[in-house]
Amino acid sequence: MIDVNYTEKKDTRSGFGDGLTELGRTNPNVVALCADLTGSLKMEVFEKENPDLFFQVGIAEANMMGISAGLTIGGKIPFAGTFANFATGRVYDQIRQSIAYSGKNVKICASHAGLTLGEDGATHQILEDIGLMKMLPGMTVINTCDYNQTKAATLAIAAHKGPVYLRFGRPAVPIFTPADQKFEIGKGIMMHEGKDVTIVATGHLVWEAMLAVNELEKEGITAELINIHTIKPLDEAIILNSVRKTGKLVSCEEHNKYGGLGESIAGLLTQNFPVKQGFVAVNDTFGESGTPSELMKKYGLSADSIVDKVKKIMY
Amino acid sequence: MEQLQTHVVQTRRDILRMVHAVNSGHPGGSLGCTEFFTALYGEIMDYSTDFNMDGIGEDLFFLSNGHISPVYYSTLARFGFFPVEELKTFRKINSRLQGHPTTHEGLPGIRVATGSLGQGLSVAIGAAIAKKLNNDDKLVYTLQGDGELNEGQIWEALMYAAAKNMDNIITTIDYNGRQIDGDTKDVMDLANLHDKLTAFGWLVLEEKEGNNLEKIIAVLKKAKTETGKGVPVAILLHTEMGNGVDFMMGTHAWHGKAPNDEQLEIALKQNPETDLKDY
Repeated sequence: MIDVNYTEKKDTRSGFGDGLTELGRTNPNVVALCADLTGSLKMEVFEKENPDLFFQVGIAEANMMGISAGLTIGGKIPFAGTFANFATGRVYDQIRQSIAYSGKNVKICASHAGLTLGEDGATHQILEDIGLMKMLPGMTVINTCDYNQTKAATLAIAAHKGPVYLRFGRPAVPIFTPADQKFEIGKGIMMHEGKDVTIVATGHLVWEAMLAVNELEKEGITAELINIHTIKPLDEAIILNSVRKTGKLVSCEEHNKYGGLGESIAGLLTQNFPVKQGFVAVNDTFGESGTPSELMKKYGLSADSIVDKVKKIMY
Repeated sequence: MEQLQTHVVQTRRDILRMVHAVNSGHPGGSLGCTEFFTALYGEIMDYSTDFNMDGIGEDLFFLSNGHISPVYYSTLARFGFFPVEELKTFRKINSRLQGHPTTHEGLPGIRVATGSLGQGLSVAIGAAIAKKLNNDDKLVYTLQGDGELNEGQIWEALMYAAAKNMDNIITTIDYNGRQIDGDTKDVMDLANLHDKLTAFGWLVLEEKEGNNLEKIIAVLKKAKTETGKGVPVAILLHTEMGNGVDFMMGTHAWHGKAPNDEQLEIALKQNPETDLKDY
């Protein structure tokens, strides 16, 4: 059984904000930009402590991406924060040309990703952003699972040279990874060893997958759980080693089934070690208004859905 | 000044020969801005040809309307950023001289990829902010096409620069009144651009003779004296698309079309080879 006791719930965006605050105190090259969502992105402390290194660009995300690209010319490390929808789909060409193709060291920091943004509804619930970002050559794509991991990732990407898409969310979720973790870009984390099926989860679905693993164990199925925070570059070894043992895999993500983690894994498996794969992901549809937990349930992303998917591919 | 005029003629020849060789590229806007580029790199900017991306202690230039790459490449080569010989690789496979400028192939002098329009001013603003943070008192120059002003991002950037008192940036608008589908007034009328930019909080200088080297140098020098005063500076540079080649002037037809063999010969005759020599 995985220990699912926790002492605190916190939003992943606060992990980003606190990581950024720490960077403001330790790395003189880090600068931050925001498009009128400073409070939502938890960037206020950085702004307060480093007023000269924080740039409010107003509701103008395209301009923010361009300014970020320009700031790297002169050695700055810009962290550009806004909602995931406005950090990707709205500004895709700016990211593509001015950042990715130009090889600029910009950190695109995207909050309120996926369905769990909740009541604002589908206009804001982007479920395509991982796909958009992973298709850009040279772009590192990270989707974190809890407060501690998000904070550690924020610190790690400052030290990484090259464009990064860091995806996190709005709701308070259990903190279950260690505060002192070493975040290694491109390295998956073995959360629980098992022999019957491999579950690979990213972002908020890691917690749901942990609950699912315990449910499955009650029914005599021992699942191996891998926490994948970096979708690109993908930790191929940890996934292949696991499926060589289990022969089955279920991928879990708060994203459209097209273009996400599951599709990356499918591509990996077909080329190396084909096994049956189940997708826990949004089934090519838009979201809607509701509470995060209602939405997770309705769109098949909760622990129950993971359990069902595992059973479906096992039998 | 005579040497700079020689540069202008030689750059015109480079532009024409480059686009002719691959039967593609954008000669019209390139020829229209040849004097501007020559003024910028030959007289105005302080830079090192020993290129490094950060450009600390140097003036920087960003070409937002990247399609006029022929004039950019010729200028960079003629002023020592890379061998003039390399101009013959323009738009060919395995070249650093891509159809639109890019950092991707490591061409010295280029600091960001442009081509998809409307993005260069934002990048230039970012670089100008970095200069301020680095206590670097050099300036950032940009060039935008007037057709390019159709793009919304430009207006986001214009708004930002004025609101945040960016006074180490000089933006020039290639005000030739033409874009791919025709005259700007017919495609998307810019109306009173001077007033628009002024209303956005920019100091606007205007030069009617945008192909007169001395006048361009004068207006750029004037712009320099207006920096450091809390307000961004724009120059409306009235240029003639296709300048220096009679049959390419007065029309938008040569925006993105290469001359054929016969047309090249006529065009080159109007701009005889200089002592800088053809590549």
